[in-house]
Amino acid sequence: MMARKPLPALERGSTPWLIVTALAVTIPHTDELPIWLSLAAAGGFMAAFALWRRGAPPPGRWLLTLAVVVGCAGILVTYRTLLGRDAGVAMLVLFMALKLLEMKSRRDAHVVVTLAYFLLLTHYFYSQSIATGVWLLAAFLIATASLVRLYGGPACSPKAALRRAGLLTAQAIPFMVILYLLFPRVAGPLWGLPQDANRARSGLPDRVAPGSIADLVLSGEIAFRVRFENPTPDRDVLYWRGPVFEQFDGTAWQRQPVSGPLPAIEVRGSRIAYESTLEPHQQVWLLALDAPLALPPGSQVSPTLSAVSGAPIRQRQRFRIESATDFRFNPAETDESRRRNLALPPIGNPRARALAAEWRSAGLDDGMIAKRALELFSANGFVYTLKPPLLGRDGIDDFLFSSRQGFCEHYASAFAFLMRAAGIPSRVVGGYQGGEANPVDGYWVVRQSDAHAWAEVWLPGRGWTRIDPTAAVAPARVESGVAAAVPAGDPLPALVQLNSAWLRDLRYRWEAVNNAWNQYVLGYNPDRQRELLSWLGLPDADWRNLVALLAAGCGLALLGLVAWALASRAGTDPALRLWQRGLARLARRGVVPAAGETPLALARRLTQERPELAGPVARLAKAYCATRYGPSPDLGALRAALAALR
Amino acid sequence: MNLLPVPVADWLFRWRQSDGTSPLVLGQRRVFILPTRAGLLFAATLATMLLGAINYSLALGHALVFLLAGLGFSGMVQAFRNLVGLSIAPGRCEPVFAGEIAHFPLHLGNLRDEPRLALTLSADGTRQVHCDVPAAGQTTVALPLDARVRGLLELPRVRLESRFPLGLFVAWCYPRPAMTCVVYPKPIATPLPLPTAAAHAGERHGLAGQEDFAGFRPRQPADSPRHVAWKAAARSPANQPLPVKLFLGGTGAELLFDWEQLADSGNTEYCLSVLTGWVLAAEAAGIPYALALPGVAIPPATGDEHRRRCLDALARFS
Repeated sequence: MMARKPLPALERGSTPWLIVTALAVTIPHTDELPIWLSLAAAGGFMAAFALWRRGAPPPGRWLLTLAVVVGCAGILVTYRTLLGRDAGVAMLVLFMALKLLEMKSRRDAHVVVTLAYFLLLTHYFYSQSIATGVWLLAAFLIATASLVRLYGGPACSPKAALRRAGLLTAQAIPFMVILYLLFPRVAGPLWGLPQDANRARSGLPDRVAPGSIADLVLSGEIAFRVRFENPTPDRDVLYWRGPVFEQFDGTAWQRQPVSGPLPAIEVRGSRIAYESTLEPHQQVWLLALDAPLALPPGSQVSPTLSAVSGAPIRQRQRFRIESATDFRFNPAETDESRRRNLALPPIGNPRARALAAEWRSAGLDDGMIAKRALELFSANGFVYTLKPPLLGRDGIDDFLFSSRQGFCEHYASAFAFLMRAAGIPSRVVGGYQGGEANPVDGYWVVRQSDAHAWAEVWLPGRGWTRIDPTAAVAPARVESGVAAAVPAGDPLPALVQLNSAWLRDLRYRWEAVNNAWNQYVLGYNPDRQRELLSWLGLPDADWRNLVALLAAGCGLALLGLVAWALASRAGTDPALRLWQRGLARLARRGVVPAAGETPLALARRLTQERPELAGPVARLAKAYCATRYGPSPDLGALRAALAALR
Repeated sequence: MNLLPVPVADWLFRWRQSDGTSPLVLGQRRVFILPTRAGLLFAATLATMLLGAINYSLALGHALVFLLAGLGFSGMVQAFRNLVGLSIAPGRCEPVFAGEIAHFPLHLGNLRDEPRLALTLSADGTRQVHCDVPAAGQTTVALPLDARVRGLLELPRVRLESRFPLGLFVAWCYPRPAMTCVVYPKPIATPLPLPTAAAHAGERHGLAGQEDFAGFRPRQPADSPRHVAWKAAARSPANQPLPVKLFLGGTGAELLFDWEQLADSGNTEYCLSVLTGWVLAAEAAGIPYALALPGVAIPPATGDEHRRRCLDALARFS
């Protein structure tokens, strides 16, 4: 057998490329990594650079082994595991830094680049935004250019390596598009996701207490986006329903697991169909527009009219929902439910109870009592603010009779308390209210800053009726949003209170681009794939059809690439091409050069045989020889001479 | 190495457009391509990445994996393209002595307007020559091959390969230019034979030597200026060729290297080696020598051309 060939040594000039590649793929991770590991990786890169500058050999094996052991121990201490997503990323970064220190052969360097490609993938655990995509495409180019440099040797200049990498990437893009569209999509996960797969994100709270919604409103993050299929309803009916809180413990409203008959909805107006794209919030609420009529498969309506998904929303998801904003909800409610929504703690908030009892004893009916309560809010100098003063033990009394400053949860809570005290079944509903239409793409954007709490009372004959006490205090909140409703100086996110028109416009555009990215690039899922296939005329395509289509598409792309590889094989000198065109024109006039006849010889021969052609041909031949062989090529003169031969 | 039966391999790898002596342009059917170990590692990495992207439902992860797969395709085609259309023309081989390394020069020509980087050629499977062919240019590589045996060394099938640009695929072809290198016998240094030893060659008596002066003859271009009789020249009329002193006999007379002198040793290669050693020694000493092999007789002379002729005869002896 043949002797084992020694591995090709690493060529010195490619090391800086590899260090830059390692930097490009690890820098975005500094955000996620523990600080000690970022510093250690930076140290590793600098050591690799220093070794390269001095031309020193890599450090000894025992030193690297020690570094691996120490690094793994550090990761174990930091993450309490070596497996899982975050610890895995940390391990990859550690190996990247150490591999750079033991590069001897070209194979080691290739491993570094493979590792770099893998590290690129791990960034998408944390962000899939456009900016991430752009940065990673740049890092991808650098990694590919270092491969090109690695195999191209010193003759491959940095510019040539980058250009070649760009060409390779450009040629890879058709394959990417075909595979992206046609690769049979599997809805993940394939196996259980590690615990750290999804980190907490802001979403509606589990209880409504003073401050619980106001905290959320401080975030400008997008909660969901909505596209209405038919004309958009008015903003003041856009109540997106989340959890319903039925149990009051004196300070906070809690959710209560309820079982009961499905809600009965009498639709009075037209149905509104829309598509909602929900950002992950780790909860089950679909945040459907009140009242949901048709929900996507796998989700259902709870007895309290919340649209609930079968599993927590861990990824951005898209649903089609139908709702009606004009409806009657459970005009005939069960006794059990009414009893539940009348329960109050035995003691606390005596003044509020007294006020409610006073209304009740005045002989008002339920509707009139609710009206009285709203008038209380609108007429007594109540202030809608994000920064209410702290409340004491009898929070509702304090709020109603002394501080009179609060955010939506204060009003909803106090209102529901008053109603229960007056013997009217009532509860607090959490969710979002309103939203903002983006004029660029027509999507409604609902942010965390649109989080809201309102109240619901059950009136005989009318069923559960939404009453938003906030609207009585600050009508602007419902009509135009929180920024218009709270006093100036309240700490709202900058995005929400943009006043400058062009900044607002810029934001609209940026968000529309992001939305398009989310909808069409990131949101490409098995459903979208089916839509695309039925648009292609394959409505019932199964995975076999997909694979066949995929093979055909990739085959075509490959064929095109091979045609390119073969076509550009004979690059001809431009001067020669022009001369050949001249010869073709002469051939039409019956002049054919003899075998081995040079251009100048041909011109000489023509002075005898075809004197009328001799002049132009002589000029053409001279220009051709001057351009092809002369010291200063002048294609212009050659073209002019060719034009004379028409 | 040779997995294929010779006729099949010959059919597969033969020159199509050329008899092996004129330039050959590599066509697509001559170029083979296979993934390298690094390419297999890359594919395994992609599979792992795809599983990760599916499991975590990473849309951009899918895109990255598919872009990398596309990169594999374009890298494959570009590795192929790095060889396709390359022209290979055989050069002239300088003769070597057995035991030395023969170098077979090949002229690689590139018609394309971009360079072809990182080509590797090897004639014997172990010694590799790396070269780059500039854009629309030419480069010459000398393929080393051990010249172990005296005779005519034919250039075997050459492996021309390239892993550029990504190292994921290796494209290769087996050009087979018709090139032979003359391998002279390995010289063995032994004392030169005595000039008189050629006893039977009576007619050679009286041939020019370097000891006894025997008159003048007209100068020929090959004559050393040291032998010109400058005094006699000054006396002779103008426009006459310069007279050269003629010497006869003595130990400086011409040498005859005759196969028969050594034939009784019985070892052909040994004899040829000794004869080669004599040729080199005589040439170095400037003594005219003749060579007589069965069927070959080279009259005495000196000079590079003569030496080459003698060594060539020795190399081709059979």
